[in-house]
Amino acid sequence: MERIPILRIGDLLLVTIQVDMHDRLAMTLQDDLTERIVSDSAKGVLIDISALDLVDSFIGRMISNTAAMARVLDAQTVLVGMQPAVAITLVELGLTLPGVKTALNVEKGMALLGKSYLR
Amino acid sequence: MNMDLAQHAVRFNSRLLNSTGGQIQSSATLPLRTDEHVVGVRKVVREHALELKLSLVEQTKLVTAASELARNTIKYGGGGMVLAQTLSDGVRRGLRLVFADDGPGIVDIEQALRDGFTSGGGLGLGLGGAKRLVDEFDIDSRGGEGTAVAIIKWKR
Repeated sequence: MERIPILRIGDLLLVTIQVDMHDRLAMTLQDDLTERIVSDSAKGVLIDISALDLVDSFIGRMISNTAAMARVLDAQTVLVGMQPAVAITLVELGLTLPGVKTALNVEKGMALLGKSYLR
Repeated sequence: MNMDLAQHAVRFNSRLLNSTGGQIQSSATLPLRTDEHVVGVRKVVREHALELKLSLVEQTKLVTAASELARNTIKYGGGGMVLAQTLSDGVRRGLRLVFADDGPGIVDIEQALRDGFTSGGGLGLGLGGAKRLVDEFDIDSRGGEGTAVAIIKWKR
């Protein structure tokens, strides 16, 4: 079965979405990430969407839900790398991803996660 | 089946199809039954958007609107098809997409267009959101017969 790979770096999980995901694939990623947070005792999740040229309401909801599930499992989620055209479209669509932390790139996202739990 | 639905879409949307006065330059239909078909529609619409030389923001808006409507056709309409037509009115060019299904229809269209309303556990942003992302939007739905949604994006 098709899957998006999840990498572990210390106690962070990193996902780089590089394919145009169909809905089932997005749901599988949500489930996989939630399971890995627990099995890897992860404290942070970085979702890199810099390669995505579209985030519609379904993918947006998957990201929001993943962040909410991570939160109740004691992990922080940061969404990084959103393209400007995607941001404009998302807001016009009515999706503002409340409760999801964002950063411009992976490096800044890691810095944000580091600050939130490393001290 | 596809031909039936294509005629169905045209019949439903005759008002929008006639009102724009644009000449149809090319026409193609794609099936909408599975999740993968939604991804296929995004790809085809992106190709048309590139060919029309839409700006990146306008491309993204059009592809996102198409993705929302394609998903609605499958999820709420039980599957159907999308008709993609490139248009020209002599001055400008555009892309028209007509999403058609033979599903249960939408009882209250005004309500369905309102943000936050959903009958299927979604976010309720698809229909109203798609409308905001394009230049022209028309919907026709009849109980027990199906739904057709037509959108147009013009190259400015």
